[in-house]
Amino acid sequence: MSLHVDVAATRGRFTLDVAFDVPGGGVLAVLGPNGSGKSTLLQCLAGLLVPDRGTVTLGERTLSSVPGVQVPVHDRGIGLLAQDPLLLPHLTVAENVAFGPRSQGSTRTRARAQARAWIREVDAVELAGRKPAQLSGGQAQRVAIARALAGRPRALLLDEPLSALDVDAAPAVRGLLRRVLRRSGAADDRSGAVSERDRCAVLVTHDPLDALALADDVVVLDAGRIVERGPAKEVLAAPRTPFTARIAGLNLVPGVAAADGLHASDGRFVAGVRSDDCAAGEPAVAVFAPGAVAVHPAHAPHTGSPRNVVDARVASLEPHGAVIRLRTAGDGGVAAGIAADLTPASVAELGLEPGSAVRLEVKAASVAVHAAVESPSPFRAAEP
Amino acid sequence: MCCRRPVLAPRDGLRRGDTGSGDTGGGDTGGDGGTARHGDTGPGGAVPSGRMVRLRRSRNRNPGLPWVLWIPAGLALALVVLPVVGLLVRTDYTRLPQLLTSDAALSALRLSLVTALLSTIACVVLGVPLAVVLARARGRGVRLVRAVVLLPLVLPPVVGGLALLFLLGRNGFLGYLLDVVAGVSVPFTTTAVVIAQTFVAMPFLVVSLEGALRGGGQRYELVAATLGARPWTVFRRVTLPLLLPALGSGVVLSFARALGEFGATITFAGSLEGVTRTLPLEVYAQAQADVDSAVALALLLIVVAVVVIAVARPKAFDR
Repeated sequence: MSLHVDVAATRGRFTLDVAFDVPGGGVLAVLGPNGSGKSTLLQCLAGLLVPDRGTVTLGERTLSSVPGVQVPVHDRGIGLLAQDPLLLPHLTVAENVAFGPRSQGSTRTRARAQARAWIREVDAVELAGRKPAQLSGGQAQRVAIARALAGRPRALLLDEPLSALDVDAAPAVRGLLRRVLRRSGAADDRSGAVSERDRCAVLVTHDPLDALALADDVVVLDAGRIVERGPAKEVLAAPRTPFTARIAGLNLVPGVAAADGLHASDGRFVAGVRSDDCAAGEPAVAVFAPGAVAVHPAHAPHTGSPRNVVDARVASLEPHGAVIRLRTAGDGGVAAGIAADLTPASVAELGLEPGSAVRLEVKAASVAVHAAVESPSPFRAAEP
Repeated sequence: MCCRRPVLAPRDGLRRGDTGSGDTGGGDTGGDGGTARHGDTGPGGAVPSGRMVRLRRSRNRNPGLPWVLWIPAGLALALVVLPVVGLLVRTDYTRLPQLLTSDAALSALRLSLVTALLSTIACVVLGVPLAVVLARARGRGVRLVRAVVLLPLVLPPVVGGLALLFLLGRNGFLGYLLDVVAGVSVPFTTTAVVIAQTFVAMPFLVVSLEGALRGGGQRYELVAATLGARPWTVFRRVTLPLLLPALGSGVVLSFARALGEFGATITFAGSLEGVTRTLPLEVYAQAQADVDSAVALALLLIVVAVVVIAVARPKAFDR
């Protein structure tokens, strides 16, 4: 069930004007800072806001088309998972999850059975009889995921689903989302009209990690327009616009997770700390901030604790706020395209300029290894 | 690990885990103050441990009252309490049973309870939809309609009764129509009492419901709609249940208001014993003839009011 979106909407002085496609089974991350138009876009998709122009099509069905068609929220088949779980406080967990099937006309028994299956799916069986007030944030969000999926949406909107969770709860929920969103679709026995392989999802987030872990493709939104789009890892690892670089702002090395790090695609081993949502042997990315990269003269003796050492060549040096951002040259391998932040004083002291050979060091403790979507991305976002 | 109050907990100097299961879920992390209401008044409410944490906190946080406030606060309290005390002192307790069981008193009490109950039902049946429409409908006219709905709150009840008389009286346009078409005359009947009470009491219900609806926002309704619930299902299974706590206090308020109604009733329905003479009217009538009897009936009204509050105990009075 592919989602086709081409809408423009004006709210006050702000204008959103975007076009993109999400193929059936795909997950598109919409990345952007506050005020970039993410929530306006979601409202257009969910049917809360009538766009000024354009169309929203899901599968064969036109949901919005201006002028003329505006399918109401309840009839769109678009589920919503918001930042806040928004479980209905007067219903138990099981009743919350059964709400969707019930509302769509399932019998009580059938709705209950479906709810049970989804509650099991999100490992919340022991919570089934509780009221939302008795759940922790992570538990509530897990139940909200079950509820959204039990509604058998043909497309799912995820609005910053992890940002209200504390640091301890987020990885587990992210892992669960990965499982339900990225599932191959073979295990679809839930009598849903829509096979899970078909269900597409739009993930709105400001966290590049969520995009990496959950999405195939990314569009980057700035002031209501798409400024960059493409496979998540490519866009975030090698931002083509300064804007994307600012929100991504991270070094990414794709590969396969290992017990204490990651095997990069060029065979090199990157030592790091594996996050909870990532098992050894799975596709993963090693993520570290430019500020965590220490720059030494080439062939300097390797001393001290940093376990990741790589020789590279400087491609560019550009001011980036108060620091100078160095980027390494190369067209492949771990050492290519790494960003490191230095003070102007160290640049002068090391005598760095484009072409200089350098040795980069990163402490393993500064490298996080996160699960990622298997590369290469199965599709490319449509060009506008 | 289960804390959902990243904003509150650190400020209170508590470890995040301390709020524990006492968290009231839903709205607490929401940015707007209104969502917190659902958390506070929602069914289930806070788990005991959470309530204790909250109490302890509020005590710690109290920065001290300026002593000047105690004087007007004391005066205000005296203004409410002393008249009731005066009434209690003035009551002739030896004649009390006899006064309260007189035919006139009993029939007034019965009439009062029945009419107040009927008008409360009318308030709910008509007021709930009105509140939902006012809170949710968009449009230019809504603001004007809201002002009109609140009119009985600020209007002297006598004026309201007079207005009703000119609408439904024999010479009023609707009254004339009813008289000619159906042969029905409303004024000076028990029906008129119920109409007058509903007229005066309904705004109390509408105002408390509308406030709750606006404060709660539409986020739950939206999420229900994305699950495929049609508007009527959303109203029945989401809006109404979330409204119950506010409905409770609204019902008590409007029942109490209906029970005490005097001005509109006497203007529109008159004071016919057994038909339209409710307790307040009986008190007024007796005050002219037998003060002791009036005082006894007044005491009865107070007792009924206290019982209503004690039985229903709306959240609005708890805080």
